[in-house]
Amino acid sequence: MNFSFLVNHIVELSITGLALGAIYALIALGYTMVYGVLQLINFAHSEVFMYGTFAVAWVFVFVHGTTSVNQTLGGTAGLLLLSLLAAMAMSAAIAMLLERVAYRPLLKRKAPRLMALISAIGASFALSELMGLRDRVVGWVGLRDDLDNYVSKARDVYTNPVTIQPQTVFTVGGYGVKDVDIMVIVASLLMMVALDQFVRRTRFGRGIRAVAQDPESAALMGVNATRVIRGTFILGGIMAGAAATLYMVKIGSTRQNAGFIFGVKAFTAAVLGGIGNLRGALLGGLVLGVAENYGAAIFGTQWKDVVAFVLLILILLVRPSGILGESLGKARA
Amino acid sequence: MNRTTRVWRAGAVVLAAGLALTACGSDDSSGDGSSSGGDCTEQNLAFLGALTGDAGALGVNMANGIQLAVDEYNEDAECEVGLKKFDSQGSPDKAPALATEIVGDDTIIGLVGPGFSGESLATGKTFFEAGLPSISPSATNVTITEQGWTTWHRVIGNDNAQGAADAKYLTDTVGASKVYVIDDAQDYSKGLATVVKDTLGDTAVGYDEIQVGQTDMSATVTKVTAAKSDAVFYGGYYTEAGLLVKQLRQAGWRGTFMSGDGAEDPAFVKVAGQAGNGAVLSAPAAPAPEDFAAKVKDDTGSEAGLYTTQSYDAANIFLEALKAGNTEPKDINDFIGSYSGDGVSGPISFDDKGDIETSTIYAYMVKDGELDTENPTAIE
Repeated sequence: MNFSFLVNHIVELSITGLALGAIYALIALGYTMVYGVLQLINFAHSEVFMYGTFAVAWVFVFVHGTTSVNQTLGGTAGLLLLSLLAAMAMSAAIAMLLERVAYRPLLKRKAPRLMALISAIGASFALSELMGLRDRVVGWVGLRDDLDNYVSKARDVYTNPVTIQPQTVFTVGGYGVKDVDIMVIVASLLMMVALDQFVRRTRFGRGIRAVAQDPESAALMGVNATRVIRGTFILGGIMAGAAATLYMVKIGSTRQNAGFIFGVKAFTAAVLGGIGNLRGALLGGLVLGVAENYGAAIFGTQWKDVVAFVLLILILLVRPSGILGESLGKARA
Repeated sequence: MNRTTRVWRAGAVVLAAGLALTACGSDDSSGDGSSSGGDCTEQNLAFLGALTGDAGALGVNMANGIQLAVDEYNEDAECEVGLKKFDSQGSPDKAPALATEIVGDDTIIGLVGPGFSGESLATGKTFFEAGLPSISPSATNVTITEQGWTTWHRVIGNDNAQGAADAKYLTDTVGASKVYVIDDAQDYSKGLATVVKDTLGDTAVGYDEIQVGQTDMSATVTKVTAAKSDAVFYGGYYTEAGLLVKQLRQAGWRGTFMSGDGAEDPAFVKVAGQAGNGAVLSAPAAPAPEDFAAKVKDDTGSEAGLYTTQSYDAANIFLEALKAGNTEPKDINDFIGSYSGDGVSGPISFDDKGDIETSTIYAYMVKDGELDTENPTAIE
């Protein structure tokens, strides 16, 4: 155990932990919102995120080509905005597809929740494998060679050709804070605030809260539950698309199973903060990201998940419904 | 959701995941003409390794080397030798069934393989009990030759040899005085990293373990930069190695990054991008000499690759045993044990455990965004 290391490098460990936690939090929103309206864990949400990361890399390969270069954050701002839109569109489309194919038919037939859960897990595998077999898929339509840059070595790591080289913006406690980390944290916070305000202030947001509170009464009051549920999936997808862009800025590589670990972590963050609660997802994500880094610093990196999950259990023992523990429906304007 | 559904959807949406089932099992396509004269009984060499799957390319490299050796031998041999290929996909789960098949085949006089360490450990006992001699061109895990399987040999330096050479390279060639050692906790990685760490002694200033599949290395990066280390040795595979060196460079770390043969793959550079420049990746194998590569191309129609030379050498030892008149597995095994000669990959002779006695470890450099696979430096 190495507490002095933690104390000496607390600024660096906190900031890089917050940046990772912010990405967890953005993904966690998708879990938490769907849970809020359907009381259902959308386990395929990890793939919604993974498809977003590929959208980002594809935009870069399409515009820039495959030669690897170093760039500053400012130098790629335009391309990043474009890939942000592409990732949001891709993730929202996948989320919408999931709702249409894996959930709506089951809910319509009043299938038990367990069936929807199994359907989610199945959809998760199918989507992940489909990405891993994309070379064969484009081969069927005869585009294998034209799309070689996008599909070759489909099960291997796929890397953004542009590496973003972080620049030091200012120094705190001997550590030069990097622009990438600041950008990731600020961008996530902005997305969260926007979503929070959207759910609290708009007519559609009121619909979401109504369905979350009581779907039957909401329907009697003229809320179209099917539309609200679809909209919730799309909102979750847009947030996952933003998370995917920030992930690609920070990490730069993805693969067909990249969603799995981040999905588990984001789900954990959602539970930690109080599932069904938007602000809880933010808090849960940040706490989890920082706790992992502290755990890695004190015990060694191989212990970081142990530390994070022990923390989760301890918090749930004290507060069984998570840190903020209130539901989506109770959020008032 | 209290809207009653009056009309049931006519069509059900079916998600069909197109899974192409690749045929696995034995492929004895080259068993042709294995007996030509009247007095000849059929005799075959077997190959066990990955011909398909994630590491399929490596197994194909090996099979090509063996094929060349067999073809050269058959040109003027009285009794021809065939080659039976068994595709394990590199998996320790699939290999044991194939091993049973191999030892049950009386025409097989020796095995080139198994290709990887995992499948070697899973099948070694079967081959040993059946008394079938084997020479692996590529399995480097140290523990395989510690099992007491006297029929098991390899023509490649093991991870101890590589780790010791890597540590030497870091201190002598790089001139590093503070090396941070990291691995991904897998058998191969931990084995290699531990040898490096132990050989370095006090020069190893810190140690950390990451996880396979981990993408954010920020805590590890903090440790490396905080230790003011001038070199990092990473035991593991190219994905995490690429991400690690990239994140180290992004944090402004300027030391030398070194890793072993698990990372010695062009994909390392793809993951690392420009951050990979200056990285040193070691491997217990050199590229094929030009004239040998031309022969392979002529004979098999494919390029020589990693382990083609070792496989060619391994097959030739069996063929020389046949030439010397040995046909029984026990005699062939004794012949291998006392063998000493010069292969394409270097001088070959075995110690009593079955390890190659002298092996050279090579350092491959990453320059200008590319892994130079042609011109490695031999680590003395």
